[in-house]
Amino acid sequence: MANLRGLQEGIVNSQIWKSVFRVGIPNTNRKRVLAVLGSLILHLHPVKVRRSGVRMSYTWCMGGTSFFLFLVETVTGLLLMFYYRPTIEYAFTDIMDLREQAPFGIMREMHRWGAHAMVIAVWLHMFRVFMTGSYKPPREFNWNVGVILLVLTLLLSFTGYLLPWDQLAIWAITVGSSMARASPGAGNEGPMSGLVKLGDIRLIHAGDDARFALIGGRSIGAATLLRFYVLHCVVIPLAAGFLMAIHFWRVRKDGGISGPL
Amino acid sequence: MSDEITPYQMVPKTPLAGSAAADIREQGEITRRSFPVVLTAAWVALAAALGGMSAVLLRFLFPNVLFEPVQKFKAGLPSDYSVGEVDERWKDKYGIWIVRTEEVVYALITVCTHLGCTPNWLPTQNKFKCPCHGSGYYKSGINFEGPTPRPLERAKIFIDIADGQIVVDKSKQFHQERGEWTDPEAFIKL
Repeated sequence: MANLRGLQEGIVNSQIWKSVFRVGIPNTNRKRVLAVLGSLILHLHPVKVRRSGVRMSYTWCMGGTSFFLFLVETVTGLLLMFYYRPTIEYAFTDIMDLREQAPFGIMREMHRWGAHAMVIAVWLHMFRVFMTGSYKPPREFNWNVGVILLVLTLLLSFTGYLLPWDQLAIWAITVGSSMARASPGAGNEGPMSGLVKLGDIRLIHAGDDARFALIGGRSIGAATLLRFYVLHCVVIPLAAGFLMAIHFWRVRKDGGISGPL
Repeated sequence: MSDEITPYQMVPKTPLAGSAAADIREQGEITRRSFPVVLTAAWVALAAALGGMSAVLLRFLFPNVLFEPVQKFKAGLPSDYSVGEVDERWKDKYGIWIVRTEEVVYALITVCTHLGCTPNWLPTQNKFKCPCHGSGYYKSGINFEGPTPRPLERAKIFIDIADGQIVVDKSKQFHQERGEWTDPEAFIKL
């Protein structure tokens, strides 16, 4: 026992240990607070939690579940990227490979089901926030950030929908992206787009409208697959991550999770 | 190095002495009067830079070259097509049905006017049927069932005088609901 105690003291007093844990053993209240505030991981947790904040029947834990599922999607998606190539030659066969041959074929299914679960969790989170009135001032700004995050969640699902490159994917995105044709002033069938004319020639047509920029062509093709891949793996996750940081920070600053103020 | 400061020495400091603000004030580069001008110029420069970057970003999304089937192609002689039939030989390659009737030949674009899927020609039922949401069109391209709001579009079609072949140009479309199907470029009169 003396040896173990000596070993423990040797570790705790070593420079490596002290460089990581600056405060020492938190055996007083002051040291406990310093230990929490001095750690990036621990300081993310609030110092005080409202009693209503830990009642599952009150919060449903749907915000936390949404974030957890986002992390699941990030990890599984990152792993899928080691096998998947976003080209029309390989996309579908790589998905088959992921399902049939790659180790842990469930990885792709986890990514898919996780995406469905995340959409459901985000909706339920929004519903709970609405029912508990947690969108009211001073949380109205955070409600708006949340609405954008909801849209980004749906866009993540939408862009991921194309990547298997099967018939369902191609026609679903054909239909879905056709909505961009109706953008006011930017889609070739949208209201007011017909007003943009040079003499008799319409300047907004199928070859230069909002849908064209979205899918990189007139119809769903190789350019669309690559664009949606980049949007799915880089652009939207980064935007969502940035907004999530704001969302969580504002939850704290606006009076903690839910509960009356 | 006699004036070297150890961490424990208090440095005597007079307000503003040695600070950047005081330096600038002494050099007289930015005065109280010129400051708003400099500030405005800085904001304008920043706005111009951000605006330029946004314009570049937006323009970058519009490709100059598309790796898609060409819009204009030669489709053989009118006699290659049998009267009363919907010809599907160009459907996969160019997205065009060529229909020959007793009097005219016209080219229908194989894009459903509901949400852009590709309908199927059902010869036994004598109609185009879209598999996505069930829109139906007659052989003429006129819609009669399903959610589609308007007929199929026809492409520009004409005879190349040099060799008598049909030329289809998808870059010009004719909408029936705009009354464009009577345009002489919308069909070939036999």
